[in-house]
Amino acid sequence: MENITTNARKALKLKEILQILKCEIIWAEDDMLEMLIDRAGAADLMSDILAFMRPNSLMLTGLINIQSVRTADIAEITAIVYVRGKKPSQDAIELAKEKRIPLFSSSYFMYDACGILYSNGIRGHN
Amino acid sequence: MPDDKKIIMRKKFEILGKDFINGGRVSSEIRDILKFLNLPSSVVRKTGIAAYEAEMNLIIYARKGEIDLIISNSSIEMVIQDEGDGIENIELAMREGYSTATAEIREMGFGAGMGLPNIKRNSSEFRISSEINKGTTLYIRIDINE
Repeated sequence: MENITTNARKALKLKEILQILKCEIIWAEDDMLEMLIDRAGAADLMSDILAFMRPNSLMLTGLINIQSVRTADIAEITAIVYVRGKKPSQDAIELAKEKRIPLFSSSYFMYDACGILYSNGIRGHN
Repeated sequence: MPDDKKIIMRKKFEILGKDFINGGRVSSEIRDILKFLNLPSSVVRKTGIAAYEAEMNLIIYARKGEIDLIISNSSIEMVIQDEGDGIENIELAMREGYSTATAEIREMGFGAGMGLPNIKRNSSEFRISSEINKGTTLYIRIDINE
């Protein structure tokens, strides 16, 4: 993680994000990995996601219950990355399949995951 | 409200307090209905967020209640009525960050004191009334042509 330089804003494919965040795929279909992402937001409070995140962005969270997926669906989030290697509950995975929201687990902590994404060109909501 | 308001659809949804597993199911169904009716995506989004915050509030704080959804040619209206403890100080409850939620609720990602402000932010009109030991009623209107 040393010598990080910050790239200008750019969109990345989900499969590129999986690589840079060292993610394990919890659930996704192959074609979903081609989707482009240029914004992300991180929160453990679901109301924050609902209040501040724009549609079609990436959500990072440490919350693993079914409400994480429900919130992502209502907020029109493209995909969820669970941080610190957390795995969502089984009912959350089932709902994600139904709603077609890809789920990933990254071994990075929230702060580090956000920093890595930002330095690779993914911006937030300011 | 325009005089030529025509109701397209009306549906009531029952919600049970503490039913966390199903929390959001009704809002999701409401979103699906609006999408099916081809309403603008901004209307679908605002209604979905307002309904979800109201639904979760009901599940967290009340014994039971219902959402009455009224879709017309000009607006989406939701009347959310619950049976519960009611809200002691509505002015405080409307303040961002104020919450009476337990630690257990907060661990689930809710109870951050953003629910009612989030509903208001997404509504064209928002009204709230509450009676202690009886329950709370919300009126939410989202205009289709804004």
